[in-house]
Amino acid sequence: MSVDLSPTAVQAREAGLLLQVADAEPAAPGIRTLRLRSPDGAPLPSFPPGSHIVVDCGTRRNAYSLTGPGREPEFYSVSVLLRPDGDGGSDFLHRVRVGDLLGVSRPRSAFVPVATARRHLYVAGGIGITPLLSHVRAATEWGRPFELLYAHRPGAGAHTAELRELCGERLREFPGRAEFQRALEDAVRSQPLGTHLYVCGPAGLLDFVHAAAGRAGWPQERVHAERFSAALDPGEPFTASLAGTGARIPVPAGVSLLEALERAGTAVPHMCRQGVCGECRLRVVRGRPLHRDLYLSPEERAAGDAVMACVSRSHDEELELDL
Amino acid sequence: MTTTVLDPRIARFPFPFRDDSYRYSTNVEPARRFTPTEAGGWGDRVLDIDDEYRDELAQRAAILRRDPSRCTVLPHMRAAAWDTLLTLLRELAATHPQQMTLERDGARYRWRNQLLGTDQEFTYGGDASLPGGPLGFAGQQVQEDIVLLDQREGSLWADAGLVTFAADWSLGFDVGMRFLEVHGPVPRIHEERVITRAEQFLMRLQPGEEFRRTNWTMTVDRRLDASTETYPEWGRDRRLVVDDDRLPDRLHLRVEVQHLIRLAESGAVLFLIRTYLASLTELARIPGWRRRLGSVLAELPQDMTDYKGLTRYRDAAAHWLTEGWRYAP
Ligand code: FES
Repeated sequence: MSVDLSPTAVQAREAGLLLQVADAEPAAPGIRTLRLRSPDGAPLPSFPPGSHIVVDCGTRRNAYSLTGPGREPEFYSVSVLLRPDGDGGSDFLHRVRVGDLLGVSRPRSAFVPVATARRHLYVAGGIGITPLLSHVRAATEWGRPFELLYAHRPGAGAHTAELRELCGERLREFPGRAEFQRALEDAVRSQPLGTHLYVCGPAGLLDFVHAAAGRAGWPQERVHAERFSAALDPGEPFTASLAGTGARIPVPAGVSLLEALERAGTAVPHMCRQGVCGECRLRVVRGRPLHRDLYLSPEERAAGDAVMACVSRSHDEELELDL
Repeated sequence: MTTTVLDPRIARFPFPFRDDSYRYSTNVEPARRFTPTEAGGWGDRVLDIDDEYRDELAQRAAILRRDPSRCTVLPHMRAAAWDTLLTLLRELAATHPQQMTLERDGARYRWRNQLLGTDQEFTYGGDASLPGGPLGFAGQQVQEDIVLLDQREGSLWADAGLVTFAADWSLGFDVGMRFLEVHGPVPRIHEERVITRAEQFLMRLQPGEEFRRTNWTMTVDRRLDASTETYPEWGRDRRLVVDDDRLPDRLHLRVEVQHLIRLAESGAVLFLIRTYLASLTELARIPGWRRRLGSVLAELPQDMTDYKGLTRYRDAAAHWLTEGWRYAP
């Protein structure tokens, strides 16, 4: 068993989960499916269809869709496509062994089904099938009408056996681009009003689907494409200087201004730590704040003399505060 | 130091005022934080079972018998309703492991609650396998009122709920409305922004994230059901209480502890509302509370006083808290 103690791994563990590789199977050429479980066997947090986890891959953190069932699951399953020219994250996950521990974020959701949809049209290309698997599973369980168009090279589809069993007739697979494009053009023209479309795959496929839906008169709000929502990014380091005492407090990347001040012994009133309640507002004497809150109005932001310490940072290397 | 043993209702009362005056704010904070008060403290758990458990559940059952529309689930909210049930039962079992358990065998579950003598099996997703369906059954186990918000088209919609203890609003009127509209006409531009901000915040919640806030108003007598439908029963008490010698015993500070939870499996937002009532007499036993509520009421701007429905008795209450209590028998 190897335990990764890189700083990012430790960070991920503090904010998320530390899971054990329970098994690892090749799912298709170049695709490896990992099943992760809690080392103590406890059920893992539930997640909505279309969710992903951010996995600590050595020096990188990559997002992967959760393909298994979402209710109090015993395992999280992810399918990792090896990208030889990538940044090494997929390579790392292709080499982890059963028993290894991985730092994993809690599930994050950015691609949920629309509950009021009358029908769901799912479109996937290649490895883009992974976020749609959980959609299809939920649609089957709750009796929601749907169909799935899946384009993949012959023999290179992932999860095909599982999909065929779940979907039956509602799944159509396309080994060639021309057939797929024709079927899609037909599908977007023949859906009942109130259908929502969900697509995940390579950029070219996304563009084609958007264009086809546009030609068929679909309003944009009914076409949903998977994109990973980045968590609030750690930001650049800067220094907070306190006008009253002259103290200079470093604010490293990944640490909020509020935390840095607290650690340095300067308490700031706060409630939400999310940039919404307004409690942690500080007066800025010098320097340009980098606003990331929901609290300040556009006018207050423009004035540049206030900063919400729990989420916001600084454009300049130094931000002087009225403290 | 006093040695009087405080009523647990007062010891755990979520006294909401952080200041001697009150204004609207997006006062959300992470859930499960114990918040000390002058009388004790509150807030270490999401679901709060107290001495009124059986009594409040009996009141809820009676209200639902008279008016089944208090529990409404629009068809697209079925999955969210089941998610709510599972989330709440898990939470109860984790908080009271000695008295409550939830066992799972695939899609079959067995719920036992010794406090109520409940032993119930059900199949996840099978509405008929539970008395009252998933939301109705949840309301038989927790004291909280429940509202479910669906997120779509860049907004939140109140599309399901079980609400029997509403303060001057009604699920029946509000179901299917945008979260922003549920709040009705608010007196201040500033409050508009407070609500917009709250909605944006809620829409960004990730699966399982939990926050809370408090809200408050006042109610005559220990009346939990102060909904719009029953206004004819309680509306005139607001006027009559002013000349009643028993005003300090009859007038209650009504505090809602509201939890906002992104349900992990369905992605809906669960909005729990737990209502606590304490009379002026009870509150006045805690000197800091008596003084602070007195100042808050005396200072409250007229438009906010009207909006909260306190206009008739606000002066009488503020006066009793600052002066009158000295002459109480
Ligand atoms: S703590 Fe709420 S805005 Fe910063």
